[in-house]
Amino acid sequence: MSRVCIVFDRLRSEEKMLQKEASALGHDAILLDAKITNISTDSKRDDLDLGDVVLERCVSYFRGLHFTSCLEFLGAPVLNRFDVASLCGNKMFVTLLLKKNNIPTPKTRFSFSSEAALKSIEEAGYPLVIKPVIGSWGRGVVQLKDRDTADAILEIRGITDSPHDRIYYLQDVVNRPPRDIRVITIGDEPVSAMYRKSSGGFKTNIATGADPELCEITKEIEDLASRASRAVGGGILGIDMMEDNSRGLVVHEVNNTVEFKGLSRVSQRNIPREMVEFAVNHVRK
Amino acid sequence: MNCPECDATLNIPDDASVGEIISCPDCGTDFEIAKKDGSNVELKQAESVGEDWGE
Repeated sequence: MSRVCIVFDRLRSEEKMLQKEASALGHDAILLDAKITNISTDSKRDDLDLGDVVLERCVSYFRGLHFTSCLEFLGAPVLNRFDVASLCGNKMFVTLLLKKNNIPTPKTRFSFSSEAALKSIEEAGYPLVIKPVIGSWGRGVVQLKDRDTADAILEIRGITDSPHDRIYYLQDVVNRPPRDIRVITIGDEPVSAMYRKSSGGFKTNIATGADPELCEITKEIEDLASRASRAVGGGILGIDMMEDNSRGLVVHEVNNTVEFKGLSRVSQRNIPREMVEFAVNHVRK
Repeated sequence: MNCPECDATLNIPDDASVGEIISCPDCGTDFEIAKKDGSNVELKQAESVGEDWGE
């Protein structure tokens, strides 16, 4: 029997599923609220009840990342590791890493001022997709269809508070069916995949209303998902792919604290159970 | 118990856990369960969605 600590900041059905499956497997499940936990440079691992392994599940990316840093300082094994979480939280870092590892990914341009971004957009031609380098659920992802839209978005990006808004991530629009594919990998192995269909717009995030539908894991999906997982350092991940009409599958995102509520509704595999089993075995190795 | 915001009746399931979010059916305010001891439940205002929320 092991003790599995689930770190959260908002207790969602996913964390409750993990807790339930850990208990069903005979392990102790500890729920730890990051919002009310204090850690210092004098803290010791035994000061907190962290069990044998920690699953970091904060909905806030920065809270989860910094909390992971503290947990690793205390010597606790955490999934995902700090370096993996740090990479996956930034779309630009992931895109560069995917390309570096010869994993097909949409062509993406990077600019570091609004003037340079506009020049890059005009050279590439419309449409392009602009995405915040940090952010999720499709927020701030906008299709730039013409100069007027580009001017408006760049102007907004110039006056908002986040320093990341001055990093410009401009991606080719992928001609594809109105859906993408989310693959959950556990320890580099794809365990389940779903199509996320657009509910009208071009975005396919479940959070924006996309419908989940089970997707068969083909050899190509398996290969790409495993390679993408290895490229970022492994763990428990959500790999997003699109079916490019001319290039075939392209990987466009690797997500760190993967949400699986939608997929577990349609998957034949018990995703939270496999996550807990992987975490426990990860420590035993 | 009643909603601290609009006084509507809040239905808190028996198996609800600390950290879980309860939404008021009338005014829509989200509350987080801060403490739970049997039927005694303490609520606090839930955090609003942050820019860095999500996967």
